[in-house]
Amino acid sequence: MEYILIIISAVFINNVVLAQFLGICPFLGVSNKVNTAIGMSGAVVFVIVLATMATYLIQTYVLDLLGIEFMQTITFILVIAFLVQMVEIILKKVSQGLYQALGIFLPLITTNCAVLGVAILVIKKEYNLIEGVVFGAATAVGFGLALVILAGIREQLELADIPAGMKGVPVSLVIAGILALAFMGFTGIV
Amino acid sequence: MSQLQNFTKGFIKENPILVLVLGTCPTLATTSSSMNGLGMGIATTFVLIGSNVVISMLSGVIPDKVRIPAFVVIIASFVTIVDLLMQAYVPSLYEKLGIFIPLIVVNCIVLGRAEAYACKNSVLSSLVDGAGMGLGFTMALGILGAFREIVGSGAIFGYKFIKGDGILVFILAPGAFIALGYLIALVNRIKRN
Repeated sequence: MEYILIIISAVFINNVVLAQFLGICPFLGVSNKVNTAIGMSGAVVFVIVLATMATYLIQTYVLDLLGIEFMQTITFILVIAFLVQMVEIILKKVSQGLYQALGIFLPLITTNCAVLGVAILVIKKEYNLIEGVVFGAATAVGFGLALVILAGIREQLELADIPAGMKGVPVSLVIAGILALAFMGFTGIV
Repeated sequence: MSQLQNFTKGFIKENPILVLVLGTCPTLATTSSSMNGLGMGIATTFVLIGSNVVISMLSGVIPDKVRIPAFVVIIASFVTIVDLLMQAYVPSLYEKLGIFIPLIVVNCIVLGRAEAYACKNSVLSSLVDGAGMGLGFTMALGILGAFREIVGSGAIFGYKFIKGDGILVFILAPGAFIALGYLIALVNRIKRN
């Protein structure tokens, strides 16, 4: 039950993009087409789950143990960068299909603040390892949901007559605002 | 390009938020009031100046292949300094900005300037570039924060000038997206003329 609450809250109520403002850059950058949006979401789920596990273990067994919690930012960003690079190399060797599908999105993920954000939030909220992983996965799914919805709307927009100054980023931001308004309707269901 | 032009290019022409659309996450998240927006802007400016100077000093030493991890470590060190300083001297602001202070490390503006400018230019130019870009960022955050505070709660820097509430949605998440969208559209319009 506890896990279901974490999932619903992370996907709908505190949606990572629309309520917590993490990962806006890829949200605006790769939301032109539904297919690329799905590819990006898949890569993000994969990396966030791995990164949450790795950073949690490092925080508990290295940083806390040695009393050097102030190294958190530096350590986490390096771990994430290392992890992304490693996942890319392993995928290339093991699964060509998956590599083709996720490949181009992987390097972009290092600078996705949702990954580092989730890693730090898990420590801040004092989750245990399983809760942390569930929270990470649910957050990533929430990111994917918002990304795919926006991509679907933007595909329709290609045929719409938008004022010149509003084309591109501004209109996407306004749509995201309206989406955020819709997601606010979920507040209070848990 | 003179140093003055170098300094002012970040204000409008290459404004990191309004023209390049980099670093949108802290922009949206920390501008619920003008004070928070300015605080975030100043923290980022500090990191930007520090990392630009150090990276341009070390540009001859860092091997080309591992430059990105090296840049990230330098940036993360400055972020840690800011984090600890803010925790010690402005705890209330630190509390409000929360997770977005450590997240300066993944702010695309900082790494972007390191990669595009600091590693190819002199220390002085990089310092000026960092200060200019940081000020442009702070300005955009201040404007957006002030707008959201005025419309959303009828106040500016915490001083209320209307009775009752404003349009509350501008303080909340949706207002952030919509306000930034129209601000960028406005800048597009000004730039075209």
